[in-house]
Amino acid sequence: MNKKKVLEFIKKYTMVIVLVLVFGMFAITTKGDILLPANISNIISQNAYVFILATGMLLCILTGGNIDLSVGSVVCFVGAVGAKLMVEAGFNMYLSILIMLITGTAIGAFQAFWIAYVRIPPFIVTLAGMLAFRGLSNVVLNGMTVSLRDQKEFVNLFGGGANCYISDIFGFEDINGLCLIVGITVAALFVFFQFKNRVTKIKKNYEVESAISFWIKTGIIAVTIIAFAFKLAQNKGIPTVLIWVFIVILFYGYITSNTTVGRAFYAVGGNEKATKLSGINTNRVYFMAYTNMGFLSALAAMVTIARLTSAQPTYGQNYEMDAIASCFIGGASAYGGIGTVPGVIIGAILMGVINMGMSLMSVDANWQKVVKGAVLLAAVVFDVVSKRGKLLALD
Amino acid sequence: MAKILLEMRDITKTFPGVKALSNVNLKVEEGEIHALVGENGAGKSTLMNVLSGIYPYGSYEGDIVYDGEVCKFNKIKDSEAKGIVIIHQELALIPYMTIAENMFLGNERGSKFHINWKETNDLSAEYLKMVGLKEQPQVLIKDIGVGKQQLVEIAKAMAKKARLLILDEPTASLNEDDSKSLLDLLLKFKKEGLTSIIISHKLNEVSYVADKITVIRDGCTIETLTKGVDDISENRIIKGMVGREIEDRFPKREKHIGDIKMEIKNWTVHHPVNFERKVVDDVSINVRKGEIIGIAGLMGAGRTELAMSIFGKSYGESISGHIFIDGKEVHIHSVKDAIAHKLAYVTEDRKGNGLILSNTIKINNSLANLKGISKHSVINRDEEYAAAVDYKQKLAIKCPTVEQNVGNLSGGNMQKVLLAKWMFTDPEILILDEPTRGIDVGAKYEIYLIMNQLVAEGKSVIMISSEMPEILGMCDRIYIMNEGKIVGELDASEASQEVIMSHIIKAG
Repeated sequence: MNKKKVLEFIKKYTMVIVLVLVFGMFAITTKGDILLPANISNIISQNAYVFILATGMLLCILTGGNIDLSVGSVVCFVGAVGAKLMVEAGFNMYLSILIMLITGTAIGAFQAFWIAYVRIPPFIVTLAGMLAFRGLSNVVLNGMTVSLRDQKEFVNLFGGGANCYISDIFGFEDINGLCLIVGITVAALFVFFQFKNRVTKIKKNYEVESAISFWIKTGIIAVTIIAFAFKLAQNKGIPTVLIWVFIVILFYGYITSNTTVGRAFYAVGGNEKATKLSGINTNRVYFMAYTNMGFLSALAAMVTIARLTSAQPTYGQNYEMDAIASCFIGGASAYGGIGTVPGVIIGAILMGVINMGMSLMSVDANWQKVVKGAVLLAAVVFDVVSKRGKLLALD
Repeated sequence: MAKILLEMRDITKTFPGVKALSNVNLKVEEGEIHALVGENGAGKSTLMNVLSGIYPYGSYEGDIVYDGEVCKFNKIKDSEAKGIVIIHQELALIPYMTIAENMFLGNERGSKFHINWKETNDLSAEYLKMVGLKEQPQVLIKDIGVGKQQLVEIAKAMAKKARLLILDEPTASLNEDDSKSLLDLLLKFKKEGLTSIIISHKLNEVSYVADKITVIRDGCTIETLTKGVDDISENRIIKGMVGREIEDRFPKREKHIGDIKMEIKNWTVHHPVNFERKVVDDVSINVRKGEIIGIAGLMGAGRTELAMSIFGKSYGESISGHIFIDGKEVHIHSVKDAIAHKLAYVTEDRKGNGLILSNTIKINNSLANLKGISKHSVINRDEEYAAAVDYKQKLAIKCPTVEQNVGNLSGGNMQKVLLAKWMFTDPEILILDEPTRGIDVGAKYEIYLIMNQLVAEGKSVIMISSEMPEILGMCDRIYIMNEGKIVGELDASEASQEVIMSHIIKAG
């Protein structure tokens, strides 16, 4: 019985456990360097685009393991358009942001139309998009780099360079008070809502986990949030980009788990025919998934050009692969219908930690790719095999 | 007395929960045409799958004696090596390959690393001539008609040097002329010494072609009739097929039948790919409040297609006809419309079309009525949970919690979850398509109780079923459907299995 419980626990929290182990391993091999505040902060800033894109990619994957290959190119194209507008056409920043979002969404809707209503396989449509928008980025930029060094406001807003942090209102030395307070507040709110939820459930006689495991789980998460905030506070505070990432995670986490729209994504991936016969417009679900991917690509584009303070025709390469890998590592099913936003974020953090750790260890970039590939394969093999209950798919 | 080519002795095959065959015996003489007849689900196809090695040796009890020796087939190749070739009801040809390529698929001419195309095509032409098909071997399968495709299947079997040819419903999709020529071809091969087993619902064809007829019912062999010795008229065969007693397997109910709830008039549906084909042909039916009507017929009669086309045009092309609900004409263009008009369609294929197996009972329960558990599209999880628990109790779904995945439930409980899902949409007209297929007797009884409960509440139920006793036991009125048409309407009091069967067969 106990053994069964342990196995179930491992199965449920596999990626969290792996993340802790990997983090611990790097803490040892880098002699603690990975725990330095600046590095912790960097894991967020460096991977902001992955968090955003992986969230969008999850919706596509939920519909049945479908992926969007075009996001890297769309990121580059939208970034190029935005940079051109701001730097060369002298557009107002907010207007430029709006145009970028509209451009991304329109591109998403264009691809979504073929996928949802003409039923062209997503792989084909987005492969075409990947080629076309990479080319168009080059056309827009004339093959040159557009620097955003003078767009300080934009860069700060989307958390790119060295000083893109939320300024402190307290005047402590060596530590950012605001960041710490925000961290403690978030942790407190988290504990409060978890507890409230549990109390209502108990009142209504619903099943709940045991009190011990509830408090251990909630406690660990709360402590992690505070520790994370402390590390950020020791550095320079909350990176502005974290706000965007946080909003995306909260918003899409809510949509997927608490709304009928979110339910439709899971249903289509679980059994499209049954979903259709239940009165849900499945074409529209596909349309929403890919249109939304375009929208989030635009957001990722802003984050990307802000961080790199420029737009170049080569930006965004392999972004789609980072997003896809995060989803699958984070427990999304390659057949659709299964996966959560928090899971995907864990997947993205794991990839980010592996990147960071190996860079700190000065592992050759080529070998880093090998390791990431192995992690991806292992994660999906684990997913498929654990579901089947045996290793080989004998007939 | 001719030599016995095949003897199947005491074959018993069990699937989890179901005994598909029990002590079936079959003797086939060399050079005869032996027909296997029986109702849907009687076990004919299962028996042939045992014979051809689809169910390997060891998964069934009993012996197969072929050509004097006991055979232990592990896969189809084993039985084919002995000259036993089965042609399935669903044609197994690949549309974008040529006749010749199909004929030698898995049996390619030439060596492992080099296909000898000349030999392939030459041999193919020879076999085509043998079956009397005037087509070039290089023609693609998709470009020839169904009748010709069936001949290609036979030629393919001949190319495998068949000694015993098994045909499962070979004429099901053929028109009369094609059927006739196919049967004549079998008679011609018989003269040349080929032995065949033919499974068919078309008893006139069986009487025409077969030397012996074995009747299977409920997984048992009932009798074998010999041409020239026994009476092999259609009526005699039907009697053997349906001869079981109807026990008290159906709960009684008081009848309170009201006005006409829904009426379908001149409903015609075309095949989604093969536009000229009418899958449902000028069907007019009605159902009253508090009434259970049955639609009887054989598989492929167009019953599911009728139901799905009514249910928000979920099947078919260029649908025409009229639907009246409560005397008013309604236009139902989507499943959403159908649900809004208080229609529910409980599919025959609960795993494929009905449920999301990887999701919980709770989530499946609310899938067709997300509005009922949400406000401004935000789901109220408490309400959702409560609704699922409510139906779990109402329908006595056996599961520890409603958070359990549907995929882990038994067939009967899955069926209940599917029913619950549709009852939660609060329908007034329920179309139940094969509601008890593949579930055990106890669960069937519970499903019948639920149906009685529904009509007692004044709802209307349309039940499609291939199980005659169920139709007879549960329905107030029975429509008989065959090849897309309604070929009879009977009141429960005048209906019997014989009457229904003879309606179907006369129409065919």
